[in-house]
Amino acid sequence: MSDPAHAPHLQHHFETPQQQFDAGKLGIWLFLATEILLFGGLFCAYAIYRANHPEIFVYAHQFLNKYWGGTNTVILLCSSLTMAWAVRAAQLGERRLLIVLLSLTLLGAMGFLGIKYVEYKEKWEHGLLWGARYAPHVEGHGAEEPPLTKAPPPPAPAAAAPPGGFVVERSAIRPAAPGPEGTVIAAEEQEEHLEAAGIHRRPANVQIFFSIYFLMTGLHGIHVLIGMGAIVWILVRSIRGDFGPQYFTPVDFVGLYWHLVDLIWIFLFPLLYLIH
Amino acid sequence: MDAHGSSHEGVGHVMRRRVLFRVLAALLVLTYITVAVTSFDFGRWNLVVAMAIAVVKASLVVMFFMHLKYDKPFNGMILIVSLALVALFIVIALDDTRHYQHNVIPGYAPEIKANTQ
Repeated sequence: MSDPAHAPHLQHHFETPQQQFDAGKLGIWLFLATEILLFGGLFCAYAIYRANHPEIFVYAHQFLNKYWGGTNTVILLCSSLTMAWAVRAAQLGERRLLIVLLSLTLLGAMGFLGIKYVEYKEKWEHGLLWGARYAPHVEGHGAEEPPLTKAPPPPAPAAAAPPGGFVVERSAIRPAAPGPEGTVIAAEEQEEHLEAAGIHRRPANVQIFFSIYFLMTGLHGIHVLIGMGAIVWILVRSIRGDFGPQYFTPVDFVGLYWHLVDLIWIFLFPLLYLIH
Repeated sequence: MDAHGSSHEGVGHVMRRRVLFRVLAALLVLTYITVAVTSFDFGRWNLVVAMAIAVVKASLVVMFFMHLKYDKPFNGMILIVSLALVALFIVIALDDTRHYQHNVIPGYAPEIKANTQ
């Protein structure tokens, strides 16, 4: 290592470049930990709703295209590779390669958001939105059914077989107390009645899934946008020739952030797109 | 220029290019597997299989792309602590909701005490 006293990027309150680098890295890891906790809240919401209303998730995931999601996963993984490689290029002082790799990473981020735009647009057109905005109008789904912003009707007695358009909540949760014999029919039996009547059924409160979907992918998308801003910043600096074996810290730290964005998506993809 | 970290004059560890590409290949294969297994039904294990694959992928990214394997152990400890806190949060919240959820789903907890008398 060259004489630390003359390292141009060494701040006065650090003794060696190594110490400065380690301190910065510790700070970035602490920041990443707060990011994990931030997303942790949303993963917790996901876990609770999926545990209590599995039928909503099984029903609603069919509106997500797993090939778009898979393509986006591949794009993000490849951009993670170009980012990790860019860090290597910066460490070895390969300026031209660093610029190319950062540009490729940026291109990957744009591709990801482009596909995300196509997906969001499709949801928007079909009214598959969050909360009270949920108003589905997809061919073969929903048109003949009543809106679902209300609570589902209570389990009907067997005698009054439901006419068309009845919505049943198929919750995994058992009723708290069984009713007296004859007043309440079992969920499975109700299911049979509906199938016999040829009623196309859909679980209640599907908007919960889309609220969670838009919150999680939206927050992730915002992180992609911020990551793109950070990559542009180090791209400009690398064109200026700021980075070399002695000083590549910003590239490394932006890289760590970018990999975290990738990490979150690695979990979001199977949790949202691949339910079965 | 030699690619290995030990001969690198600056700070930090330099990843070998070959390792980076192998990690990407493994990640892509795992992505293919996680999509492909959705055509098989393991019942309750579907979620476990999907999450196990995701954890393996995440570990590869953390260890190699994020250099944690060659990093100060303290950074790894920060990551593990944050993950443990998230796990604690989810487990406790799930257990809590399990105890009252069956009473709050409308129309699904018929209370017909009056009729039984």
